[in-house]
Amino acid sequence: MSYLPQLLFVIAFAYAVYFFARNVKRLRRNILLGKDVDRKDRKSERLSQMIRVALGQSKMVTRPIAGTLHVIIYVGFVIINIEVLEIIIDGISGQHRIFAFLCPVYSFLIGSFEILALLVLITVILFWTRRNIMRIKRFLSPELKGWPKNDANLILYFEVVLMVLFLTMNAADYQLQLNNHEAYVKAGAFPVSQFLLPLFENMSSATLVIVERTAWWAHILGILFFLNYLYYSKHLHILLAFPNVYFANLEEKGKFKNLDSVTNEVKMMLDPNADPFAEPAEGEGDEVPEKFGASDVSDLSWFQLLSAYTCTECGRCTSECPANQTGKKLSPRKIMMDTRDRLEEVGKNIDANKGEFQPDGKQLLDDYISREELWACTTCNACVEACPVGIDPLSIIMDMRQYLVMEESAAPAELNNAMSNIENNAAPWPYNQQDRLNWAKEA
Amino acid sequence: MSEAMRVPTMAEYMAEGKQPEVLFWVGCAGSFDDRAKKITKAFVKILNKIGVDFAVLGTEEACTGDPAKRAGNEFLFQMQAMTNIEVMNAYEVKKVVTTCPHCFNTIKNEYPSLGGEYQVMHHTQFLKQLLNEGRLKVEGGKYKGKRITFHDPCYLGRANDEYEAPRELLRKLEVELVEMKSCKTRALCCGAGGAQMFKDAEKGDKEVNIHRTEEALETQPSIIAAGCPFCNTMMTDGVKNKEKQDDIEVLDVVEMIANAEDL
Repeated sequence: MSYLPQLLFVIAFAYAVYFFARNVKRLRRNILLGKDVDRKDRKSERLSQMIRVALGQSKMVTRPIAGTLHVIIYVGFVIINIEVLEIIIDGISGQHRIFAFLCPVYSFLIGSFEILALLVLITVILFWTRRNIMRIKRFLSPELKGWPKNDANLILYFEVVLMVLFLTMNAADYQLQLNNHEAYVKAGAFPVSQFLLPLFENMSSATLVIVERTAWWAHILGILFFLNYLYYSKHLHILLAFPNVYFANLEEKGKFKNLDSVTNEVKMMLDPNADPFAEPAEGEGDEVPEKFGASDVSDLSWFQLLSAYTCTECGRCTSECPANQTGKKLSPRKIMMDTRDRLEEVGKNIDANKGEFQPDGKQLLDDYISREELWACTTCNACVEACPVGIDPLSIIMDMRQYLVMEESAAPAELNNAMSNIENNAAPWPYNQQDRLNWAKEA
Repeated sequence: MSEAMRVPTMAEYMAEGKQPEVLFWVGCAGSFDDRAKKITKAFVKILNKIGVDFAVLGTEEACTGDPAKRAGNEFLFQMQAMTNIEVMNAYEVKKVVTTCPHCFNTIKNEYPSLGGEYQVMHHTQFLKQLLNEGRLKVEGGKYKGKRITFHDPCYLGRANDEYEAPRELLRKLEVELVEMKSCKTRALCCGAGGAQMFKDAEKGDKEVNIHRTEEALETQPSIIAAGCPFCNTMMTDGVKNKEKQDDIEVLDVVEMIANAEDL
C-alpha cells in the first residue's frame, strides 16, 4: 500500500517524459524538413551570443517594462525548477523533502523559491493586465485573434495555478511542521506562505495532510502537463530560444546570401570561352533543376523552421516594422506564425500518411502568406533587430520574393520596369549608361 | 563655386599608369537624380579641396544590383555584380568609398563571395577617417548651434552597425544634435529600401516616409541630416508633404560639411 503513491508517481512521470520525447522527435523531424544551412561554424562566438542573449536576456531589456517583468518570470522559472528536482526525487523515492539535510542552505533555497513564486505571481497578473486590459497595439494585431490569444492567457493562468499550489503546499507543510507531525520534517523557511497559516490553523492534521498532498500532487502533475503543453503552444520558446540564438545569423544584417546555383550560371554566361551548346558533363544533367526561393516550408532552411517554432509571438518585430506601423498588411510576427502553422500542417500530413508527405494542394505562399505582405517589406531589418531570440523574418520574406520573381516572374509591374532598366541601361531608371558621368560637367 | 570640379576616371588613371587612393562609387542616384547629384558634387568638392587622390568609374559603373536582389531577382543581381567586379578587378581596385549606403552594403557584403574583395567605406566613415588623420578639418561655421536630427539609413545602421561616423561629423559641425524617438538600432526606415523606391507602396493608412518625417518633426529641427540619397528623397518629400520646406532643410552630412566650408 505504501508503495502505491510512488508507483503512481513513476507511471505519471514516465508517461510525461515519453510523451514529451515523442513530441521532441516530431519537432526535430519537422525542423529537418528544411534545407541545410551552415550554422555550425564560429562555435565560441555562437556560445557567447547564446550566453549573452538567451541566458542573459540582453535583448529583452531594450523594452524596460516588459523586459524586466520577463526577467522576473524567467529567473523564477529557472530557480524554482531546483525545487521541482527535489519533488521528483521525493516522488520516486517516497521520501519527503529529501534535501532537508542541507539545513540553512535548504531554508535559504525554499525561502528564495517562495519569494520568487510571489514575484512571479505578481508579474503574471501584470502581464495578464497588459494583454487583456491595456490596449497595447502589438497584442491587438489580427494574427493574435483566437487561439494565439487564448494560448497566451492559458499560459498565464497555468503559472498562477502552479504558484498558488506551490505556496499552498508549503503553507500546509509548515503548519504540519508547527503541529509536530512526525511525517513532516522541520525544514525550510516560509517567508511568503507563512501568511497563509491563518487559513490552516484550525484544521486537523489529517485534513492538513490531505491539503498538502493534494497541492503537492496537483503541482507536480501540473508541471508535467505544462511540459507537454509546450509543443502545442507558442511557449516552446523557453526551450528553443537557446538553440535558436546559438544558430542565429552572425553576419552583418545587410548581407543577404548569394545563390551558388545562380553564380555558376552567371559565370558561364560571362565566360567568353564557355560553349553554350556543350553537352552537360557526365551525371550533371540528371539532377532535378533547383527551385529558386521558397513557396513552401520545405524550401526554407532548418534554421528558419527552428525559428518558426521558437517564436513566442511577442510582436516586438511587428511593432518596429515600418510597413506595419503605417497600416500595411505585413506583420513579421505573422510570417513566423504562418511558417510554423504550415510546418505543423505538413508534419501532421506526414504522420497521417505513414511518414510520406502527400501533396495537399496547399503551400506557404498564398494559402498562408499573401503576396501583398511580401511586397510591403522595405528590408530595413528592424524586425530582425527587435527579436530577442535571433529570429530573422526578413530572410523568409526574401526567399519568398525570390520565388515570386524567379519562378513565377510575378513582381509588381513597376519593379519589372526598374529591373528591365537595370538590365538594359545599368540603372533602375531609364537613363543611358553613357550619361553616367554627366554630373561632373554640370556646375 | 570657385573652381571647376576635378573628377578623374579610373581609365584616365590607368592610361597614366597610376592608381588612385580610392575609387569613388557614385551609384545610380548619385549619377542621375538631381537631388542626389548635389550630394555627389559636395563630396567631390571636399575630396578636391583636401587633395584626396580619387577616381570614378564613370560610364563603366553599373547598378550594383541591390534593388534587383532585394526585389528577389538574384539572377539580375549577380549579372550586375559580376560585371562590376570584372571592371573593378581589372583596375585592381583596393578601396571603395560611396555616398550610397545601398551600394556600400552590397559591395561590402555581397560582392566578396562573387570574387570582389575591397575595403568599402561609406562616405561618412571615409570623412571621419580623414578627420582623424588630420587631413580634413571640420568646423561649425554656419551650422553652429543649429538644431539637427540625424536619420539613420537602414543599410548603414542596422545593416552594418555604423551609427557613430555621421554623428561624429555632425558634432564636429558644433550642431545641437537631437535624436528622434526611434534612432540608431531602432531607427525607423524612410520607406525606400528593399526596392520600394521603385514601386508604389502597398495599401495602408499612411506612407512610411510621412511617418518618419513626423518623427523627425517632433524634434523640431532646422535641418534633417541624412546619409543616403534615397532617404534624402523620402524625407524631402515628407517635409514638403507637411509644408515645412521653407523652415526645414534635408541635407546629407557631406553637404553640410561642404556648405560649412563654403565650397
